[in-house]
Amino acid sequence: MNNDKILEVKNLKQHFQAGRKRIVKAVDGVSFDIYRGETFGLVGESGCGKSTTGRTIIRLYNATSGEVKFNGIDVHGRKSKKDLKQFNRQMQMIFQDPYASLNPRMTVKEIILEGIEIHGLIEHEAAKTKRVEELLETVGLNKEHATRYPHEFSGGQRQRIGIARALAVDPEFIIADEPISALDVSIQAQVVNLMKELQEKHGLTYLFIAHDLSMVKYISDRIAVMYAGKIVELADSDELYKNPLHPYTRSLLSAIPLPDPDFERTRERTIYDPAQHDADNAKFREVKQGHWLLCTEEAYKAYQVNQSFGPTPSD
Amino acid sequence: MEPILEVRHLHVVFDTYSGTVQAVRGANFTLKKGETLAIVGESGSGKSVTTKALMGLVAKPAGHIPEGEILFDGKDLTKLSDKEMQKIRGKDISMIFQDPMTSLNPTMKIGKQIMEGLILHQKLSKIEAKKRAIELLELVGIPDPANRMNQYPHQFSGGMRQRVVIAIALACNPKVLLADEPTTALDVTIQAQILELMKEIQRKMETSIIFITHDLGVVANVADRVAVMYAGKIVEIGTVDDIFYNPKHPYTWGLLGSMPTVDNEDEKLMAIPGTPPDLMNPPKGDAFAARNEYAMQIDLEEEPPMFKVSDTHYAATWLLHDDAPDVEPPEAVKKRMKGIAKGSISAGRRIDVE
Repeated sequence: MNNDKILEVKNLKQHFQAGRKRIVKAVDGVSFDIYRGETFGLVGESGCGKSTTGRTIIRLYNATSGEVKFNGIDVHGRKSKKDLKQFNRQMQMIFQDPYASLNPRMTVKEIILEGIEIHGLIEHEAAKTKRVEELLETVGLNKEHATRYPHEFSGGQRQRIGIARALAVDPEFIIADEPISALDVSIQAQVVNLMKELQEKHGLTYLFIAHDLSMVKYISDRIAVMYAGKIVELADSDELYKNPLHPYTRSLLSAIPLPDPDFERTRERTIYDPAQHDADNAKFREVKQGHWLLCTEEAYKAYQVNQSFGPTPSD
Repeated sequence: MEPILEVRHLHVVFDTYSGTVQAVRGANFTLKKGETLAIVGESGSGKSVTTKALMGLVAKPAGHIPEGEILFDGKDLTKLSDKEMQKIRGKDISMIFQDPMTSLNPTMKIGKQIMEGLILHQKLSKIEAKKRAIELLELVGIPDPANRMNQYPHQFSGGMRQRVVIAIALACNPKVLLADEPTTALDVTIQAQILELMKEIQRKMETSIIFITHDLGVVANVADRVAVMYAGKIVEIGTVDDIFYNPKHPYTWGLLGSMPTVDNEDEKLMAIPGTPPDLMNPPKGDAFAARNEYAMQIDLEEEPPMFKVSDTHYAATWLLHDDAPDVEPPEAVKKRMKGIAKGSISAGRRIDVE
């Protein structure tokens, strides 16, 4: 992995006012970097703040505090209209629900062209049509689909339209917020294969948000696990699976059902109890090259002493 | 084990403006007492419609059952009137729906929603029903049930709501429980809890469960037997070991191959190309032929019958015919079948089907 950071997130917080006195700390101080060309997986249960993180990064929400740097420039800083437009072009998003994220009153062509027109990328009508056809082909649809409306497509096909729309403006970085959760297994594989192919071809960087750990493991180079607004563990995907340190990561991994009946008969689930460790004093620390963990000072020291990482670190 | 429910040659069709959709095209299966039968398949394969037919919930007048029988307790459910069906629904056969957010009434306290069935079917008094409802909430693991009775669905989390839905389904000690993707909308950790709960309840109450899902991991976890559905038909049926360790139908191979395993990030996932056929005009021959790389000439002409692989295992693919070439499953699927040596694998033999 190269060291060229495309995105740097530092101590990002996103708090929502819920009622007069209550504040929901959806994202509560997360920090991570994403390197150019990699796929960064962000996993966690619903309500852990993973989608909010993605949406804050792309500036759908204004961050409460913290910093998001994209190509070295602060996303949330003051921006001229022109800069903002440029930023919007470089960073795109694919949404979870292929039924809700496409305007039902626009044809596929209009949907895909919207970005191109806003950014004034192509002038001639013929060239626009050609580009739409090209994009449809790239995502595995055919050009006859251009004149149809979203309701005429299946979930998998709609998700392909969403991908084509994101690709239309030649972005560098795509945030995919649970792009496959609403799809059937066989179609999930189609979409994941497509995303991988496109990444190779266009040198894309992905932030892949999901709760399905097996798919995340498959597609991601590095994975961050979120719990209650914080990242509790971050590591290379192999390392995270082979050597999960945080008890929450362990419980998540132990809960995935695998398609192997013999394994399932003997599966034992670890249950996570947030009370088992001192969350207030926990800080995000690098316990091993590239392996970050939210832990207390004592736990950190224990890991340093015992570099082999025994089977059950008791933090 | 004795059969409790028998589905024979079931057909369900829906009349639409643009034509008749043949959602279920001759499904045959048996549910035995105390077992869990998983039905897997893509959306549109007819698995949900099959369970709706079992519940007598096929929307009339558009949907109807032109052919087939559903035998339960000596009765053919397809022949019953609405009134008669009401007596069975929720009492002998009940259902857990996919989305706990929409299957509860948002304007009714959950206690009342559980008591409804008890008062109607079991003829309990209000006080008895309340007592039983509290017991049920306790059974499904909701803390502080007496107080929770007086709360509305929006005061529960997704996982807790699904527990309430399960409590309602179990209220009258049903003999058959139909679970239509009961955990698809839930997080993995909550999913694991709900699956454990369902298994525990099954052990205690000897319920027979039909479990619909497209997640093969969940299937491996809960099922005793598995039926794979495609385009309105069951294309392969067998014990959970038959299906996972000795799958015979190319569609089953495709389903298994599209699941990532823990150590395959370098290889491409084996996606099934294309989409399921349009059931308004089902294709001639084997409905899977168009997406099947092993399709032969005969697949385009004639529908394959169910071939017997073993006493528990049947599959509808011409590949099992004596004259068919020996075809090995793709490497990716073999990898998933590996590690588990299953004794003798008998070759498919043709059996007669009605």
